[in-house]
Amino acid sequence: MPDVPSAPGAGDVSAVEETRIVTKRLRDRPDDSWTIDGAIAGGGYESLRAVLTKADAADVQEQVKLSGLRGRGGAGFPTAQKWSFLPPDSFPRYLVVNADEGEPSTFKDRMLLEHDPHQLVEGITIASYAVQCNTAYVYIRGEFALGYERLSHAIDDARAKGFLGKNILGSGFDCEIVVHRGAGAYICGEETALLESLEGERGMPRIRPPFPAIAGLYAKPTVVNNVETLSTVPHIMRMGGEEYAKLGVNRSTGTRIFSVSGHVNKPGNYEVELGMTFRDLLYGLAGGVREDRKIKFFIPGGASSQWLTGGDEHLDAPLDMDFVQQTYGVMLGSGAVMVFDETVDPVLVAWRLAKFFAHESCGKCTPCREGTGWIEKVLYRMSHGLGRPEDLDLLISVGGNISPGVANAPFVQTTICPLGPSAVSCIASLNKFFRDEILDRLRNEAGVHA
Amino acid sequence: MSFFDETNLAKAKDILARYPRPKSAILPLAHLAQDQIGWLSPEAMEHIAELTETTPADVLGTCSFYTMLKRRPCGKLVVSVCTNVTCLVTGGPEVLDHLEARYASEADVTVEEVECLAACGGAPALQVNYEFHEHVSPSSAEAIVESYKSGALRARTVSGAPVA
Repeated sequence: MPDVPSAPGAGDVSAVEETRIVTKRLRDRPDDSWTIDGAIAGGGYESLRAVLTKADAADVQEQVKLSGLRGRGGAGFPTAQKWSFLPPDSFPRYLVVNADEGEPSTFKDRMLLEHDPHQLVEGITIASYAVQCNTAYVYIRGEFALGYERLSHAIDDARAKGFLGKNILGSGFDCEIVVHRGAGAYICGEETALLESLEGERGMPRIRPPFPAIAGLYAKPTVVNNVETLSTVPHIMRMGGEEYAKLGVNRSTGTRIFSVSGHVNKPGNYEVELGMTFRDLLYGLAGGVREDRKIKFFIPGGASSQWLTGGDEHLDAPLDMDFVQQTYGVMLGSGAVMVFDETVDPVLVAWRLAKFFAHESCGKCTPCREGTGWIEKVLYRMSHGLGRPEDLDLLISVGGNISPGVANAPFVQTTICPLGPSAVSCIASLNKFFRDEILDRLRNEAGVHA
Repeated sequence: MSFFDETNLAKAKDILARYPRPKSAILPLAHLAQDQIGWLSPEAMEHIAELTETTPADVLGTCSFYTMLKRRPCGKLVVSVCTNVTCLVTGGPEVLDHLEARYASEADVTVEEVECLAACGGAPALQVNYEFHEHVSPSSAEAIVESYKSGALRARTVSGAPVA
């Protein structure tokens, strides 16, 4: 069990503040943070210049390793370790940026793309230098029209200033960035589905091995990193890896952007030092629940995560990726925290999530393709007054065929990608926290229909 | 055969040059086709096949996977209303119901239910031709669509490209 220090100010949330690193420029310069002039005035490209003058690829890798940076897209894999898997003498190789943000209730990458694209460009260039690649592809969600526009402009402007292209800042290093728009498919946020889509195929995940580091885009060694992850890299180089690692808690170092939404008074993106409690995030920064109601439950890490409730134990849990995973079986995932007050029917929320996963299942693996549809149908009737007393156990049975372990985590993954287990998270949560309430209701409804 | 006009054919060649394998250009070219005529027609897919050295069946196979690619003619305005969970509990379904009823008989406006748009901080949210509008209500959403119809707000193409 990781050592969890009690958060400062627990109980009194009035003093809670953000720790702005990745969001600093876009908060400080709301009128021009996305322009080249705004970016440079806000310190943009200074890290790149310093890296290209003073450091080699191994130095950058070392600083990122020291920083403890873990992927901000959902899985939380150590970034430097991911980079180190590339075979040393195999070229060309690619950096692919996952900007296909689609996890329900996550809206941090869209903000970074629209309001600070130069920070991402700088991060991509430094990371490309570190992994010795000369072409990076950004796979951006098709629906992000403004983000695509601003990122494309940022790339053109950066190239004109010598921050991209041939012989960057006279260093001899070449790097090009190609922006590739998706066309509406959640599954393309899964890294191997993303690579398939980038190659012009249907976005269906690949069986691993081989892992992308060995055979990724065009069967070449490939690193796939998230927007927020790469946007953090210039700051790690500026601060130094060790200094960055002083922020945060245990193996959850640094800051993360949490997208808080739902029934809070001040929904939005908050960048906080990891280790802060959910209470400080939800009550201190997001302003607590509307009309002073209680939180019935919240989803701590995007739609794929299991849920937590509004009880003190869960609210006082720290934002520590490993702690919440090991203690409660939930994940911080993509950093999306959805808050539901006591007026909300958890079965209705579960139904809508199930509908989402049924719609987005790519159809490659039978358990997920067939199972998500049945889960959606059963949850529909349960949430629309037509449920049957045996329905909750039916869900567990169907869910168990996608991911054995629904009623007794941990889940087993029977599918190629994690969409299958993600689709049953809501069933596990309904069963864990609301079983009696749901069974009572189903029996009553059955009585009405009898 | 040629589907793309001269300007877009030049753009298509630029797009193809970005990738070591031409097949990678299928999605960007499909967006370009929609910019040109407002949907992804069989003729467009045939030309894309030629340009990407694939077959029309390959192009259809890829494109039929993606919800933004409209393989039937749709309205000039595509109104995408989110009803995923944050929008669900903040009024998204009511906005969708209202707009669907209001524009049921207007061929120029296509109202569709979509999954999370990454605008949950401003829920309920919608997009009109991929331009975001947040904190909408049934009446404000209708007013937004009307502003695009009248030209007071300038719409992007149905694939989200800015219109010069």
